[in-house]
Amino acid sequence: MFNEYINFSIGSFKHRKMRSFLTVIGIFIGIASVVALLSISQGMQDSIEEQFEQFGTDKIIIMSRAGGFNGPPGLNTIAKIISEDDVDEIRKNKGISKVSYMITRNSIVKFKSETKFLQIWALPADKDSREMIMDMQGFDVADGREIDEDDKYKTVVGSMIRDAIFDKDVDIRNKIEINGKSFEVVGIMAPIGNQADDSSIAIPLDTMRDLFDIDEEVSVIFAQVKEGLDPNEVAEDLEDDLRDFRGEDEDEETFQVMTNEQLQAQVGDIIGLVQAVIIGIAGISLIVGAVGIMNTMYTTVLERTKEIGIMKAIGARNNDVLSIFLIESGLIGLVGGGIGCVLGIIMAIGVEVAIAGSGFIPLKASITPELIGGVLLFSFVVGAVSGVFPAKKASEMNPVDALRHE
Amino acid sequence: MTRKPVIELRDVWKVYQMGEVRVPALRGLNLKIYPKDFVAIIGASGSGKSTLMNMVGSLDVPTKGKVFLDGQDISLMDESTLAQVRGRKIGFVFQQFNLLPNLTAAENVALPMIFQGVPKEERQTRSLELLERVGLLDRATHRPNEMSGGQQQRVAIARALANDPEIILADEPTGNLDSKTGEMVMKLLVNLDKKEGKTLIVITHDKNIAKVAEKRVNLIDGQVSMRG
Repeated sequence: MFNEYINFSIGSFKHRKMRSFLTVIGIFIGIASVVALLSISQGMQDSIEEQFEQFGTDKIIIMSRAGGFNGPPGLNTIAKIISEDDVDEIRKNKGISKVSYMITRNSIVKFKSETKFLQIWALPADKDSREMIMDMQGFDVADGREIDEDDKYKTVVGSMIRDAIFDKDVDIRNKIEINGKSFEVVGIMAPIGNQADDSSIAIPLDTMRDLFDIDEEVSVIFAQVKEGLDPNEVAEDLEDDLRDFRGEDEDEETFQVMTNEQLQAQVGDIIGLVQAVIIGIAGISLIVGAVGIMNTMYTTVLERTKEIGIMKAIGARNNDVLSIFLIESGLIGLVGGGIGCVLGIIMAIGVEVAIAGSGFIPLKASITPELIGGVLLFSFVVGAVSGVFPAKKASEMNPVDALRHE
Repeated sequence: MTRKPVIELRDVWKVYQMGEVRVPALRGLNLKIYPKDFVAIIGASGSGKSTLMNMVGSLDVPTKGKVFLDGQDISLMDESTLAQVRGRKIGFVFQQFNLLPNLTAAENVALPMIFQGVPKEERQTRSLELLERVGLLDRATHRPNEMSGGQQQRVAIARALANDPEIILADEPTGNLDSKTGEMVMKLLVNLDKKEGKTLIVITHDKNIAKVAEKRVNLIDGQVSMRG
């Protein structure tokens, strides 16, 4: 019986090509944006998760509450900073096997009369601490060498510094000027895949402290949890330690301790929020589309009043008529969903290509069968739901009145 | 042997509310139609013919009184049951043919069987058989707008026979046809009564049709004056 109804609906759909198509437009715009936005944001989440994974789940991150990773320069001096003393304190914790830290600043960088504002970073000189961070961040020197313990005004630059940031290529043995001092490039990093890291510049730690007049302060501390321990428990313990050490009250800490997992969850929350907003906006267009379907269905029911009368006279029950119209409006939704999916995928791939071209972050739009299936089902349901009232109206028509209708 | 009527109207009233005024279309009408009867219902316009046709076809329920279809009181059936029963027991032939424009001749003929849940293959075979009987097998895949009025009406007759109903109810079946095609359509209908033993009820104002009928029901002001 269902098959026949589908055939009816297809027939009616074809019979009113123009109107059906216009109605379908109302749906597929919404669906296309949902597909494109969802697959892109999911792709973004995937790529961020991948980076977190490289980071390692056994890492704890300690930051000043005010500054954060790349806080504006100068702000850290107002809030209470985190310093090398904290690093030493963390090293004492029994749950921690390794500690390292990083200092970052944004600074004017000049190369052959061109000036840019770039991120400068420095790692501790000892090999263990360096390697821990290099591994975590996926840093690797592609050409030349790493920064040495004896180096002073030497630098290793990100892959984009070499060929993208300045008009002229920066090569090994070139001189660049950072915050007014001349540095020799001794190494070039392999591409990481995100613009922030690939356009950053590493210099020796002591030189960093001199150059920017930084005393004990560090920007971020990374601690590795001993194998077999729960990072969340160790992080809590560490937070207690640091609170005592710095003489701060609970809930008024000027620092924060986060496990990779927590940080990831935080980023996930942000992406989730962005997704929700995006879907909300796309949802509005879907509601508009749904109203369009409803409008079309009301018109169709009115137009086909006589047909409804005939069908009822020859034995159609209310439920038969209801099903026929529900399937028809569902079909409009489904066709809209199908076209919307195709358009959405094209849009997502377009964005993917554009982002890959800009080198901002690597992004692979995540187009899964679940997404497509879900969206198609959803569009059918939107269509059917929009048809409920018109279909109900049709099914409850009195056959005598419907037959008399011209 | 006492025959039981297939359709019986017992003191049927139908009153329409036209704004403030109540207009009675049928006024205490009694009518019995027996199996294999060929009944013509005749009346001037405004005599309540259409209303009577709706009652006889169980498309509508009376304001007062009872309508029995095969001995069952239709006012006691819910809408869906009534639709089912109607689809099985009564075949309609309308003045306007009333075929569905999107469907082919064969699909139109098969439609009543869909609502009775007849399996697809059986429907197809039967709809082609019926089209052959009305001489339109070669038009099976044509849509109504590709057929003449006479052809459309023959398709409608084939459709009326789809569920092999006991009763064929035809409302001015020749009203939209020229006299020659009209005659042919009437012959087809009369044969259903004569050769297949269907109960045939024709609502008409055409005296010639009325003449061929075995019984005539004259409708005047919502009441019957039986003759014949």
